[in-house]
Amino acid sequence: MAESDNIVVETAEKIFADLADPQEINNDKKGSWQAPLWRALSEAGLPLAWVPDDLGGSGASLADGFALLNAAGRFAVAVPLAETMLAGWLLAQAKIASPEGEMTVLPASPKDRITIDADGSLSGRARGVPFAKAAKHFAVLAHGKDEVSIALVDAAKARTESGLNVGYDHSDTVTLEKIQPVTIKPAPKGFDQTTMMLMGGVARSLQIAGALEAMLGISVRYSNERVAFEKKISKFQAVQHNLARLAGESAAALAAATSAADAISNAASFDDAVYLEAAAAKIRCAEAAEKGGGIAHQVHGAIGFTIEHILHRYSLRALAWRDDFGSESHWAVELGKLVAKRGADELWPLVASR
Amino acid sequence: MTAALRFDPIRLPPECEQLRKEVRAFLAEEIAAGTFSPFKPNREDTDVPEFSRKVGAKGWLGMTWPKKYGGQERSFLERYVVTEEMRVANAPTRRFFVADRQSGPVLIKYAPEHIKMDILPRICRGEICFAIGMSEPNSGSDLFAAKTRATKTDGGYLINGTKIWTSSAHIADYMIAIFRTSPPTKENRRHGLTQFLVKMKQPGIQVNPIGQITGQYEFNEVVFTDFFVPEDHVLGEVDGAWKQATSELAYERSGPERFLETYYVLTELVRAVGPNPDTRSAEGIGRLVAQLHTMRRMSVSVAGMLQAGKEPVVEASIVKDIGTVWEQQLPHRVRDLAAFVEETATNRETLERQLDFAIKTAPKLTIQGGTTEVLRGIIARGLGLR
Repeated sequence: MAESDNIVVETAEKIFADLADPQEINNDKKGSWQAPLWRALSEAGLPLAWVPDDLGGSGASLADGFALLNAAGRFAVAVPLAETMLAGWLLAQAKIASPEGEMTVLPASPKDRITIDADGSLSGRARGVPFAKAAKHFAVLAHGKDEVSIALVDAAKARTESGLNVGYDHSDTVTLEKIQPVTIKPAPKGFDQTTMMLMGGVARSLQIAGALEAMLGISVRYSNERVAFEKKISKFQAVQHNLARLAGESAAALAAATSAADAISNAASFDDAVYLEAAAAKIRCAEAAEKGGGIAHQVHGAIGFTIEHILHRYSLRALAWRDDFGSESHWAVELGKLVAKRGADELWPLVASR
Repeated sequence: MTAALRFDPIRLPPECEQLRKEVRAFLAEEIAAGTFSPFKPNREDTDVPEFSRKVGAKGWLGMTWPKKYGGQERSFLERYVVTEEMRVANAPTRRFFVADRQSGPVLIKYAPEHIKMDILPRICRGEICFAIGMSEPNSGSDLFAAKTRATKTDGGYLINGTKIWTSSAHIADYMIAIFRTSPPTKENRRHGLTQFLVKMKQPGIQVNPIGQITGQYEFNEVVFTDFFVPEDHVLGEVDGAWKQATSELAYERSGPERFLETYYVLTELVRAVGPNPDTRSAEGIGRLVAQLHTMRRMSVSVAGMLQAGKEPVVEASIVKDIGTVWEQQLPHRVRDLAAFVEETATNRETLERQLDFAIKTAPKLTIQGGTTEVLRGIIARGLGLR
C-alpha cells in the first residue's frame, strides 16, 4: 500500500488533496465542503469501489479498496465513504445491485440484531450506525428463523435518531419496525454477522492506521517548528522518545491493518487464521489510537487541544472508530475464547499459520 | 519520511511450511528423547553441545550463507521459521545462536578467505560457540566510551583491558570484539574502534562468571592481559568499526527472539484457564494474542526486507522496542490473569514455576542488544529529529 503505485489510491489522494484539506474543512463551520467532495468521489466511482460492474459499481479489488480506506484515514475524511463501500460490498455478497448515493450498513455493533418477520418485513434496532442520518439507503444483514439474508432498505422508511460519536461524526440509532425492504436475498453460505463485523472492523483499522500516520507526520512537523526553552522541542530527548513511541504505535497499527486486509483479500473463506488477523487488527489499532493519539496531543501541548487546530480531526476520529463493528474489548473476548477453545498447543500454530 | 516505516504484509512462502513441519517434528523427537525439556525454562543446562551438532546436521545453521562455507543458500524467511520454532519450543540454542545470527554474517563480510573457510563450516556443523565483546565497565550501550586497547605489535596487536556482560564467554570458542586502535578525533568521536576476531581459551584471557538475578550464570567479565591477536584477525577497516557494527544491528534487533523470550508463560496460561475461560481471562488472552500477532507480522516483514537486501535499521529498532517491552510485561500480565486460575488446574505448578523464572528474566529484556533509550534515539533519528 505504498502511497501511489495504485490508480485507485492515486485518484482518491488527488481528490482528498483538492477537496478535503483538513485545515480548510476545520475552518468551514457550515459544512459546505461536503457536497463537492462527495460529488468528486462519486464521479470517480470510489464509494462503490467494491461493487462489481454488473451491480452498478466500479469493480475495484478488495486490496485496492482497503488501500483507499487507508488513504481516507490519512485525511480523516468525514463523509460516508467507508460506510458506502461496506454497504456496497455487503449487498454484492447477495448479488444485490447498489443504488446511487450515500449508504451505510446495519447493524454496526455485534450485539444488535435485525430480524426478518414471517411477512418478510424487517424489525430491530441498530445503535451507533455511522452516517445513518446522511444515508439514502441501508444495507442490512438480517436474521430469519434459520437463515441469514442481506437486504437493501430505503432509509426514509426507518426511524433514525441522531447521535454524535466522540469524533463529532454522526453515529445514529436506526429502528426498523416491520419495514419492507427494497430487495432481500439470502446471504451466501457461511456468511454471518461475524463476517460483516470483521470486515467492518478491518475497514476501521485501516482508517485508524491512516489517522495515526497523519498524527505522526503533523507531530514531527510541529516539534521541528515549536521553540521552547530556546530550543526546538524536537531536540529534547523526552520529546524524541515520545515521538519514537508514536512512530511505533503508528507502524504497529499499519502493520496489523494491512496484514488483515491482505489476508482477507487473498482468503478463500473467513477461517480461524483470517479471524485472528481481522480481530487482532481491530484490537491493536484501537490500542494504538489510544496510546498514539495521547502522545500526539502531548507533543502539541495546549494548541492541539483547541478546536482551531486540526489534530483533533485525527485523534478524536481514531478514538471514535474504535467503537464501530465491535470494540477492542469485544474482539479481545471473542479472540480469547477462540484461543482457549483451540487449546494451548494450538496457539502457536495459529499465530504462525502464515 | 513515513514511507520508511511501512511494514508490508510479507507472507512466508510454501517452502517455509514444509520446513516448519520438519523443525517441529525434530524438536518433538528431541523432547521425547530427553535432550531438553520445554517446561524447564530455568534449567541450568541451556548449553547442550549435542543438540547444536544435531541442528547443524539438519542444515539449520548458517542457512542463508554460501554453500562453499557450509551454508545452505536458503532464504531469511526460512531461517526465520527455524528461529521461531526453536524459541517457542524453549530449545537450548545458546551454544549456536549468536554465531548463526551475527558472528557468521560478520565473518562473511569482513574476514579473510582462509579464516572463512576454516571457521564458517564449523559454525554450520554446530561445533563452535561465539561471544560478542562490545560492552566494557562503564561503557555499556555507549560504545564510544570503549577503552580496551589493541596496540600494534609485530604481526598483530596486543590487547589490554576488560569486556563485561559478555554472554556465553565461558563456553565460547571465539569472540568478535571491538577494541580501541586509536583515540577518537575531534571531528568524529566514532573514529578509532576496530573489530577483531579473538580466539578464546588462550593465555592472556581470563573469563570470570557473573551471577544473574535469575540464578543463572550466562554473562561474564573477560580480562585481556597482553593478549596477542594476529594481523589477519582484523575484521574490516582499522578504526572504522562503528559503521560496521551499526549496519549489522538489523539482524540482531528484529528477529522472533525479540518478542518470544517469555512466550512460554502465555501458552501455559491458556492451558491453565482451560477451554471455557471467564470474560476476564478471555479478554486478557485475546489482547495478548493480538499484540503478539501484530509484532510477529512486523518481524516477518523485516525478515522480508533483509531478504530483499535492504538495511531496515529503523524498522528493526521499532520491532525490538515494541517486542522487548511486550515480552517484559508479558509475565506480569499473565500473573495478573492467572490470579483466578483454579487451584486444581493441571499445570498450575508448571505455570507458577515458569512465572517465577520469567518475572526474574524480564528486567534484562529491554537492556540486551541496545537499551530501549538507545533504540528510541535511533527511531528519532529516522524521523529526522536529530
